[in-house]
Amino acid sequence: MVSRDLVIVGGGPAGMAAAVSAYENGVKDILVLERDQYLGGILNQCVHTGFGLEYFKEILTGPEYAERFIEKVTRVPEIEVSLKSFVVHLAKDKTLTYIKPGKLETVRPKALIMATGCREKTREMVHIPGTRPAGIFSAGLAQKLINIEGLLPGKEVVIVGSGDIGLIMARRFTLEGAKVNAVVEIQKQSRGLLRNVVQCLEDFEIPLYFSHKIAKIYGKDRVEMVDIVKVDEQFNEVAGSQFRIACDTILVSVGLIPENELIEMAGVELDKNTNSPVSDEVNETSIPGIFVCGNSFKVYDLVDSVTKDSVIAGRIAAEYLRSLK
Amino acid sequence: MLYDVVIIGGGIVGTSIARELSRYNLRIALLEKETELAFGVSKSNSGIIHPGTQNPPGSLKGCLCVQGNTLMRKLSKELGFDFKEVGELIVAFTEEEIARLRQLKKEAEALGVPRTRIVDGRWLKAHEPNLSGKALVALYAPTAGIVSPYRVAYDLAENAGRNGVEIRTHTRVEGIAPAGLFQFEVATSSGIFKTRYLINSAGLHADDVARMAGIDDFTVRPRKGEEFLLDKKRHYLTNHVIFPLPTKISKGVLVIKTSDGNPMIGPTAEDISDKEDLSTSDAGLAKVLTEARKLVPSIDENDIIAYFAGLRPVAGDDFIIRHEDKVPGLVTVAGIQSPGLTSAPAIALMVAGILKKKGLALKKKLLFHKKRKHAIHLFEIPLSRTKKLIKKDAGYGEIVCRCEMVSAKEVRDAICHGAKTMDGIKFRTRAQAGRCHGSFCTTRIMKILAEETKKQVTEVTKRGRGSELVKEDRANG
Ligand SMILES: Cc1cc2nc3c(=O)[nH]c(=O)nc-3n(C[C@H](O)[C@H](O)[C@H](O)COP(=O)(O)OP(=O)(O)OC[C@H]3O[C@@H](n4cnc5c(N)ncnc54)[C@H](O)[C@@H]3O)c2cc1C
Repeated sequence: MVSRDLVIVGGGPAGMAAAVSAYENGVKDILVLERDQYLGGILNQCVHTGFGLEYFKEILTGPEYAERFIEKVTRVPEIEVSLKSFVVHLAKDKTLTYIKPGKLETVRPKALIMATGCREKTREMVHIPGTRPAGIFSAGLAQKLINIEGLLPGKEVVIVGSGDIGLIMARRFTLEGAKVNAVVEIQKQSRGLLRNVVQCLEDFEIPLYFSHKIAKIYGKDRVEMVDIVKVDEQFNEVAGSQFRIACDTILVSVGLIPENELIEMAGVELDKNTNSPVSDEVNETSIPGIFVCGNSFKVYDLVDSVTKDSVIAGRIAAEYLRSLK
Repeated sequence: MLYDVVIIGGGIVGTSIARELSRYNLRIALLEKETELAFGVSKSNSGIIHPGTQNPPGSLKGCLCVQGNTLMRKLSKELGFDFKEVGELIVAFTEEEIARLRQLKKEAEALGVPRTRIVDGRWLKAHEPNLSGKALVALYAPTAGIVSPYRVAYDLAENAGRNGVEIRTHTRVEGIAPAGLFQFEVATSSGIFKTRYLINSAGLHADDVARMAGIDDFTVRPRKGEEFLLDKKRHYLTNHVIFPLPTKISKGVLVIKTSDGNPMIGPTAEDISDKEDLSTSDAGLAKVLTEARKLVPSIDENDIIAYFAGLRPVAGDDFIIRHEDKVPGLVTVAGIQSPGLTSAPAIALMVAGILKKKGLALKKKLLFHKKRKHAIHLFEIPLSRTKKLIKKDAGYGEIVCRCEMVSAKEVRDAICHGAKTMDGIKFRTRAQAGRCHGSFCTTRIMKILAEETKKQVTEVTKRGRGSELVKEDRANG
């Protein structure tokens, strides 16, 4: 088994910022494991602008923001990046097992930073009743299909939830020539940034229904329509308020959850409601030497905040390593 | 060409019959209307191989269930699917329920269910720590097992195919014309099949098929069951399959172990009229959660990662398995509600017996391929074995599904073994079945499926024509 000073799981903005920060704080043996074939994580599919305003004081696209860090990371020989490397097991003593094409490897780091990001909540987690035909996507998957694969998932869309990805996808679908028939939000206000509500919905006259939810999905093979219903303060359905909208596609954008199954496997204590690690200090966990940063520590609105958080994680991991000597 | 036997319906019953008959020198075709096998009732059930409890003494389903439980173990060894003998507990909470439990035990013994016993509260605390503290005693039936129902059907069909049965998917039976004694012309969406014997194992549509042949003395009514799957992380929730005492129409809401590790809660039991209605409801969820929590109070709604509904094909209280004397050569296998999965291998034997009695010569093949190689699933083998596999084939090192740890090689194997759709791949490999619901792996799997089947990605479907995943390919026109 190989031993390393610091292993970072995840090569998105969080992992890259943590790697650079740890290096700048004196760590000279760093391995970054990334399951995809490129660095940058979710930023690669975010081709719209709006990134970097706080951190770089510039308006960048997702890939441009990622590129700035990819350059930094690849310039430092002490940071080794292993792509297509999928961590499948994490033990209490920080021993990691990962799989890459042709190999299964184990590595035992002295310190570990988890920067595994988050995943989208699904239709199943919010329990939308009805059938299960083709045409129901998480907003992030739809974004990947359009922006990375060049595939148009549908032509008549209803979006559930007004999170930022949902709002941005409303605009994206419209620009691609599809029709967004409604955005349905159960809360009284949008979960997304105000600028996204204006630029993605109002500018395109896409109807946004607050205090509404999807009561039922219809369709055997492909989505055919949805019932939408108003809800009161307690989220109970308001009788008589139901109406129906035809659509062939439903995008679900109802929030993000930190992806922390690996540290859970190792025995780190997680908050049941947020799936974040329980800790007194930012980025720390109940196991000394295991740190968590970026969206896997807490879901942030902006990548700039993820970067800031991860810079701290890199620094405290470096301090931890110094304290071992 | 004249077939000896045509089987209508490729669910667990049809595939079991096909595999059983494939031992003999017969020309057999199995016709299934869907794009893949087991997309009917057999894909959405609890996956329990029942020991035989909760069946009325003297019932056909009770006898076949007890026999099926034994046969399923043998099949699992021959075909290489997973069978875990986890045992079941039927839990009593009141003195009155204890009395009913004793009655159940007696009935089970009469049916020949082996080794049942009543276990007390102490035993329950030790062996099932998450069970409600209010549970007084339970009836323990150690022979209950769990399987992956669709994988059993796929393995049966594949083995039947290897032994010469023609498996025709996308072939809907539309008309049956008796062409003399022991002569049928079966009209389908892909041509006419002539056969001497005809088996109707069309599940929910067995009555529609029967009517085509002039049999109209039974009706199949759908009884819906909604089920909710929990995250694999909670695999430790229970050690056995946990039942309340049965109601008049069903076994009640259970806490189930599934063969892939996810706990499952359900099913509901609701008589409906539409045989296509597979929708789930808020009411169903509320009921299942309430009932399941009576058994295991710590069940957390946040752990639900998937749900589905299945329709039990109900035609009276018992199975209908018989030769139709009015239409010589026609065998009806209808009303196969629970425990139909368990009973399927025994039903197949019974059908073979009926055919023999009605004059079909069952002559054993010289060479019958009894065995099938176990499919590899990384999620069920130790990492040390994975390591060796990856050295042999790099495809095992390319993980496509992050939640369930499924490799590109497993996906390709599934396609090679008959998967034609995204759901077909899901049922065979579990890719897309985890907590992220395919957000991560959908694009990867679509590409593999298109590549292996030499299709455009726009032609990739969820479960057959009409369920294409995407509408247009902007990049390639
Ligand atoms: C919620 C639920 C839970 C259950 N749990 C259990 C359990 O734990 N244990 C157990 O033992 N049993 C269980 N069962 C029962 C079990 O699932 C069924 O008994 C079994 O799957 C029935 O199999 P089948 O082959 O008869 O039906 P199906 O799987 O429906 O097969 C019939 C096939 O016929 C095809 N077909 C229909 N019409 C035509 C046509 N015209 N032409 C060509 N093909 C046609 C259909 O497409 C279908 O594939 C459960 C059932 C439900 C609903």
